[in-house]
Amino acid sequence: MSKRTTGLAVEAEGLTRSFGETRALAGMDLSVPAGTVYGLLGPNGAGKTTAVRVLATLLRPDGGRARVFGHDVVAEADKVRARVSLTGQYASIDEDLTGVENLILLGRLLGLRKPAARQRADQLLAAFGLTDAGGRQVKKYSGGMRRRIDIAASILNTPDLLFLDEPTTGLDPRSRNQVWEIVRAVVAHGTTVLLTTQYLDEADQLAGRIAVVDHGRVIAEGTPGELKSSVGSGTVHLRLRDAGQRPEAEKVVRAALGVPVQLEPDPVALTARVGGEGSDLAASEQAARALADLARAGIVVDDFSLGQPSLDEVFLALTDHPAVPDDERDEQLEAAR
Amino acid sequence: MSDTATTTGRAPSVYVPSAEALATVLAPGERPPRPSALSASLTFGWRALLKIKHVPEQLFDVTAFPIIMVLMFTYLFGGALADSPRDYLQFFLPGIMVTSVVMITMYTGVGLNTDIEKGVFDRFRTLPVWRPSALVGMIFGDLLRYVLAAVVILGVGLVLGFRPDGGLIGVAAGIGLLVVFSFAFSWVWTFFGLILRSEKSVMGVSMMVLFPLTFLSNVFVEPSTMPGWLQAFVKVNPITHLVAAVRSAMAGSTDPSNTMWLLLWSAGFVVVFGTLTMYRYNRR
Ligand SMILES: Nc1ncnc2c1ncn2[C@@H]1O[C@H](COP(=O)(O)OP(=O)(O)OP(=O)(O)O)[C@@H](O)[C@H]1O
Ligand SMILES: [Mg+2]
Repeated sequence: MSKRTTGLAVEAEGLTRSFGETRALAGMDLSVPAGTVYGLLGPNGAGKTTAVRVLATLLRPDGGRARVFGHDVVAEADKVRARVSLTGQYASIDEDLTGVENLILLGRLLGLRKPAARQRADQLLAAFGLTDAGGRQVKKYSGGMRRRIDIAASILNTPDLLFLDEPTTGLDPRSRNQVWEIVRAVVAHGTTVLLTTQYLDEADQLAGRIAVVDHGRVIAEGTPGELKSSVGSGTVHLRLRDAGQRPEAEKVVRAALGVPVQLEPDPVALTARVGGEGSDLAASEQAARALADLARAGIVVDDFSLGQPSLDEVFLALTDHPAVPDDERDEQLEAAR
Repeated sequence: MSDTATTTGRAPSVYVPSAEALATVLAPGERPPRPSALSASLTFGWRALLKIKHVPEQLFDVTAFPIIMVLMFTYLFGGALADSPRDYLQFFLPGIMVTSVVMITMYTGVGLNTDIEKGVFDRFRTLPVWRPSALVGMIFGDLLRYVLAAVVILGVGLVLGFRPDGGLIGVAAGIGLLVVFSFAFSWVWTFFGLILRSEKSVMGVSMMVLFPLTFLSNVFVEPSTMPGWLQAFVKVNPITHLVAAVRSAMAGSTDPSNTMWLLLWSAGFVVVFGTLTMYRYNRR
């Protein structure tokens, strides 16, 4: 038990990997403490999947090195494989087979005898709410059920390290919550989880530490609290009734919050980051003050919200470019010219 | 079809992860010993059988195609090349059986290529099992299709008047040789299935290899009727050795020289293309 939850689960130094001209990993360093959930946060094309595939022994790095529980992912791949499992971004189970068949297949491959594999499959289906669906082909499952059977398959042998590549992308809020609950249970039982996500709130909800990834590199690392306070813990979104009042509203809000205010493409909308490092007031207090000042200035606010910064805002703050993939950004630049 | 399909008539039951239920499956149990190479391969073979069970349409290729081949060539060439289609059939059936089955081996590559596209191989490749087992198992499943195709062709042949002198044992021996060769030859396609980008290109390459290989052989006519340069190719073509060996087995005799060549070719395919395949498989 202690070996599973102490020390470092993953140590990577200077990992590089290119696909033709694309540098998917450009010198990535990671250290993931065992027994925790670690989040890799980044936009499309940041290199998250590539990093996970290298660490899961599916892909050889061009340069750098990585160890999982002290075993080199290239030289001692088999030792690594004995301790990890992977739920890929796209289904990593056989969609033509039924849920039960998939689990029995994997159980047998992990060395269980047929009756034990069958029993394990039934247990897992029950725990993941898939007993009724067990006899159906996986291709007929809903998105949420698919994710669950995929994760069930990954914990068949209670791995020491579980890779979850974007486990909730494309799921509805309920299915997303179910996956989160499962992840929490998994880590509570001593399995280290390395999960990738595009959502700051997901990383925030689950991860003990987060690495923000961009262009194949870690550009910021820390606890969710540390990251957020470096960015500002919240964002105020305002929509005015009258677009004509926006310039004045901007002045009032800037004065109230002491931070720059961003004018959105929508002519009645403004946003501002609050709760940053420089402020000793809580984000909600700052927001309340801004609202009061606006009311006093006679500016009518139709819609107001205080939320966490989005991934895009984190990116803006960390890199001064928004979190859009290269090709889209190129198109935008093109359009701007 | 959806989450609620199984609960029609009742209120859709929503899955709520329960800490206790998850605790029972998450308690780290004893790790069972790693399965042997054979056991892992057979388990992957079982997967191939399950896929046939769930997607039986894939058997169409191994049944309809051979039937069409036999009928077409028997009546197309039978009258011209022998006194009657029935006479030609005695010579031709073992050859067309070999042609059909060898052509079907290309689906191994096509199947592997689509499988890998879908991502399930990512999981297989992170399992601590004997590395080639996923591919060996897949080919085990394909062997069943080869046997099935051979039996279908034999059936059609018997109906049309094929009467092998070797009897049941001779026919079984012939099919056995064919299956051994096909197993070995399948490794050519696993390699192409891994290196080529799409299913279509795998098909394209397969056709380019298979047509000359099967037609420039002794399948349709005796090589003695061909020009010298062509005879030279036909003579070294593994399909020629295979057809000769299968023909004599089915006719109730043995052909040690061709059988030996055939086994040498088979071993060569496994060693060369098996190695290349595993090299690619490990390095994707
Ligand atoms: N097999 C491949 N062949 C060619 N290019 C690839 C391959 N895999 C990844 N790439 C490229 O490498 C870069 C990083 O991709 P990667 O899949 O690691 O990003 P990601 O962070 O997982 O993105 P997403 O959120 O879209 O899943 C991208 O530009 C991608 O196009
Ligand atoms: Mg990805």
